[in-house]
Amino acid sequence: MMRCNTQIDHRACFWITSILMIRNALLITVLFIGSVPAADQDGYVDLRNEMIREINVDVSITRFSTGKEAFDSRVMAAMRKVPRHEFVPRRVRGEAYENRPLAIGYGQTISQPYIVALMTDLLGVDDNDVVLEVGTGSGYQAAVLAELVKQVYSIEIIAPLGKQSAERLERLGYRNVSTRVGDGYYGWKAHAPFDGIIVTAAANHIPPPLIQQLKPGGRMIIPIGSWFFTQQLMQVDRTLDGHIKTRQILTVRFVPLTGDH
Amino acid sequence: MSHPAGAKDSPPFTIFLAIALLSTTALSYEILLMRLLSIIQWHHFAYMIISLALLGYGASGSFLALCRRWLEVRFLAAIVVNAVLFALSMPLCFAIAQQLPFNPLGLVWDGRQQLYLLATYLLFTIPFFCAANCVGLTFIRYRLSIGLIYRADMLGAGVGAVGIVLLLFITPPQRCILLLTSLALLAAAVVMWRPLPQSRWPVALLVVSGLLLPLLWPQQWSALRLSEYKGLSQQLQVVGSEVVAERSSPFGLLSVVRSPTIPLRHAPGLSLHNTQPVPEQLGLFTDGDAMNVITRYRGERDTLAYLDQLSSALPYHLLQRPKVLILGAGSGSDLLQARYHRVAEIDAVEINPQVVALMKNEYRDYSGGIYAAGGVRLHIDEARGFIERSGERYGLIQLALLDSFAASSAGVHALSESYLYTVEALQAYIQRLQPGGMLAITRWLNLPPRDNLKLFATAIDALRASGVARPGDHLALIRSWKTSTLLIKNGAFTPQEITAIEAFCEQRSFDIAYHPRLKPQQANRFNLLQQPYLYQGATALLGDGRDAFVTQYKFNIEPATDNRPYFFHFFKWGGLTELISLRGQGGLSLLEWGYLILFATLLQALLISLLLIIMPLWWSHRRVEGGRQRRLGASYYFVALGLAFLFIEIAFIQKFILFLAHPLYAIAVVLCGFLIFAGLGSGYSVRLSGRFKEGGFSPVTVAVVGIVVIALVYLVMLPVLFQWLMPLPDLARILISLLLIAPLAFCMGMPFPLGLGRVAVQMPAFIPWAWGLNGCASVISAILATILAIHFGFVVVVVVALLLYLSAAMVMALGEWK
Repeated sequence: MMRCNTQIDHRACFWITSILMIRNALLITVLFIGSVPAADQDGYVDLRNEMIREINVDVSITRFSTGKEAFDSRVMAAMRKVPRHEFVPRRVRGEAYENRPLAIGYGQTISQPYIVALMTDLLGVDDNDVVLEVGTGSGYQAAVLAELVKQVYSIEIIAPLGKQSAERLERLGYRNVSTRVGDGYYGWKAHAPFDGIIVTAAANHIPPPLIQQLKPGGRMIIPIGSWFFTQQLMQVDRTLDGHIKTRQILTVRFVPLTGDH
Repeated sequence: MSHPAGAKDSPPFTIFLAIALLSTTALSYEILLMRLLSIIQWHHFAYMIISLALLGYGASGSFLALCRRWLEVRFLAAIVVNAVLFALSMPLCFAIAQQLPFNPLGLVWDGRQQLYLLATYLLFTIPFFCAANCVGLTFIRYRLSIGLIYRADMLGAGVGAVGIVLLLFITPPQRCILLLTSLALLAAAVVMWRPLPQSRWPVALLVVSGLLLPLLWPQQWSALRLSEYKGLSQQLQVVGSEVVAERSSPFGLLSVVRSPTIPLRHAPGLSLHNTQPVPEQLGLFTDGDAMNVITRYRGERDTLAYLDQLSSALPYHLLQRPKVLILGAGSGSDLLQARYHRVAEIDAVEINPQVVALMKNEYRDYSGGIYAAGGVRLHIDEARGFIERSGERYGLIQLALLDSFAASSAGVHALSESYLYTVEALQAYIQRLQPGGMLAITRWLNLPPRDNLKLFATAIDALRASGVARPGDHLALIRSWKTSTLLIKNGAFTPQEITAIEAFCEQRSFDIAYHPRLKPQQANRFNLLQQPYLYQGATALLGDGRDAFVTQYKFNIEPATDNRPYFFHFFKWGGLTELISLRGQGGLSLLEWGYLILFATLLQALLISLLLIIMPLWWSHRRVEGGRQRRLGASYYFVALGLAFLFIEIAFIQKFILFLAHPLYAIAVVLCGFLIFAGLGSGYSVRLSGRFKEGGFSPVTVAVVGIVVIALVYLVMLPVLFQWLMPLPDLARILISLLLIAPLAFCMGMPFPLGLGRVAVQMPAFIPWAWGLNGCASVISAILATILAIHFGFVVVVVVALLLYLSAAMVMALGEWK
């Protein structure tokens, strides 16, 4: 609330305060209705900053299990830039920047921001990289990657979801993301090999064709978990001499062993 | 107090028949809802919804207390209206509940879901409320025949318990609801039959509408709408996926799914070195989840090579073509794996006859006739029961991935009793091993480790109980990136076997978590974990510091026993605040909602009970005759009975599950036995109360002493007796179970109508209270019994129940209320 300066006319003070209050009320209303276009001043800047702050807190908490003291500043810049609210259904836009997963229909979810940031950071990509994503979902992960790499290829198995996210990415101007609907098991041979691969579609085993489409020195990240939450990340590295190494990363700092064991 | 005319007459036969029919329907509906909600949601939410919906009984008590006078003079109309409302509300409430966007998976972190949950169980309260009104009204109207009415009520419910299970074998659950509606309408017609012979039209109308309703009910209103998060719903989103066959029975709804465009390729934890393609498969879902696959097999062994790249293939590299027992054979993946390894003799045990029928008939050619192949002996049986009865010995017993990964990592099974993974179960498996034979248990690898370590601890206990001095020499544990396989050998592992384990893992990039000679640096080589958790856990569990380790571990990894058969319960209250504080990183995923929801249900049940009982009681207490102490005594009596009856029933269902070797039959038989014999006891109590009128012991005391003596004898005697009688055929064991239940249930049927009879004489206005208090206590009882069993075991549940019975008898004998 504005504090009135005694030198200003009381009436003016009243109007200014009223206008500010009405503006705030409108802003809150609009925020909950969620019909603000995704421009830079989209009204979500503060929420995104708050989200970034929360991610940073989580990074610090999990630094021992993930081995990350801080995420790459480029990754965080991408997280700060991508309008996450555009990737969730309208009715939950108000919750888009909360650090938790959200339902996006078709029994699918948009991962919580911290997991998206962690997976992107672990992938360790740079400007000239070409990345494959299996499981486009809402398109949010592809958008974050698109801010960081040369080209993103993304495959979605659920047709209407794939169509929706393709239109969304197009509308938001992500020119360096190519999507298609289909089977991600065989990767996208025409554009292989890839510097990085993210397999967000639940996998009970790692498709061998994907490993073959990974460049030597490239890395694959596979989230593992139950319906809404990712508990572990599987990291698959193809070393320069062609060997495969895997590592499991716990996303939750919950050390079950206490004492001297 | 003036009684309306006819209050003292005895009810006509039609009333007894109608009450029995309504009780049959209500109990059937309860079991049916459990089935339906397990299909569209998950079973522990089903459990929660039903237990809260049963508060309808309590609410009915309060409602009758408030409107008793008004309703009593309109008895006939009131009971018919309630019966008709009951009939129609059954399918309607289910149809409306299906329209609610309730997603139980979001309960912990999405406030809206809690509102939807509230709406869901309030909806299901309606039918139970109407059914309870019918019975309660009859108690009030014919208050001197309470014992006989209660008998009709119990007998009807007993028939319902078995009837619905039988009906589910021949009718899909969504059709069963409509048949129950018909039955309830028929009951309404029966009520009207005698008193108004001249008005045939209403009776005919009810009968005709009862017959026509199942035919006219819109199909889309009763079609099942599965949660979009269930495996089947998600699979059907995939382009070209379709359900090609569906079977329904009380064991579950089976759906066979074809996905020609994007193949299924189910091979959990497959080695990264695998180059063999996964053959074409069909998905087999149970209740829309827990996918298994039927693999296309044309007799070409090479097409199965990928099955050798799974962690569960390990025992085949240590044993030479062993005689194999596969527990939970399902759609045959383990059979194919055995076949690939040239096993000649296989016993396959599968509980669900419809799975077997699908494999032997419709998909016989598709699956290469694996169930009918030479050397395969098929047993439609429950795994534990088969083991207990079988005299055979095996070179290898396989128990692989019986639950889905999502369910196992989300703690969905926390509340389900399982007699497959208890110390006694593992002992039984070990006993069935040939010298040098192995038990192989494959499970999903959940991190941080929970079930894998609990299973390891259970194996240690089972080996010790089998007389093994150094259990560590008999154990080996390996892990792929998604699964783990535990080997328990009947004998110590030899150096050659250890070399073979190391070679197997090396070739597949699997890690060894434990074998007797494992060095720490060998434990975490291929699929790197932050710490070699499983190795650390396994060695700690084998060492001197085991107890301290188990106590300090943040998950509950204390082995499950037959007395506390909760293998899937890993929750510790100590970890709760930490996990909630870690919600930002997905900490909630490690919370076991199953267990927490149990507590939430208990709290809600208590709150709603207060709202339904105490508030109306306070509102209308002046209307009840008798002193405060008398009312308190009577209240305690009926609450104690409500708690104790279900405590004993639930505990003994568990005891009989092991004996009948079948959860489904056990629940149906024990429930039916308890209800019917309790009903007979209730009918007999009328005579007993007359006989003891002049001095002597109160009939309640006699009944309670009977309950205590029989229950205590059973606690001591049943385990020995069951062991001895286990080899008998199914029918004999069912009959013996009923015979054993009979005297206990007979005695348990008496205290409630005896107490109610006493209330009818001394303070008739208290009847609805007694009915309501008892109903609400029953709801709390079902939840409380599970909590007690998880923490202290079923023996304690029975002992607490007996103390409740004794105290209730004492209150009646010593208190002012006599």
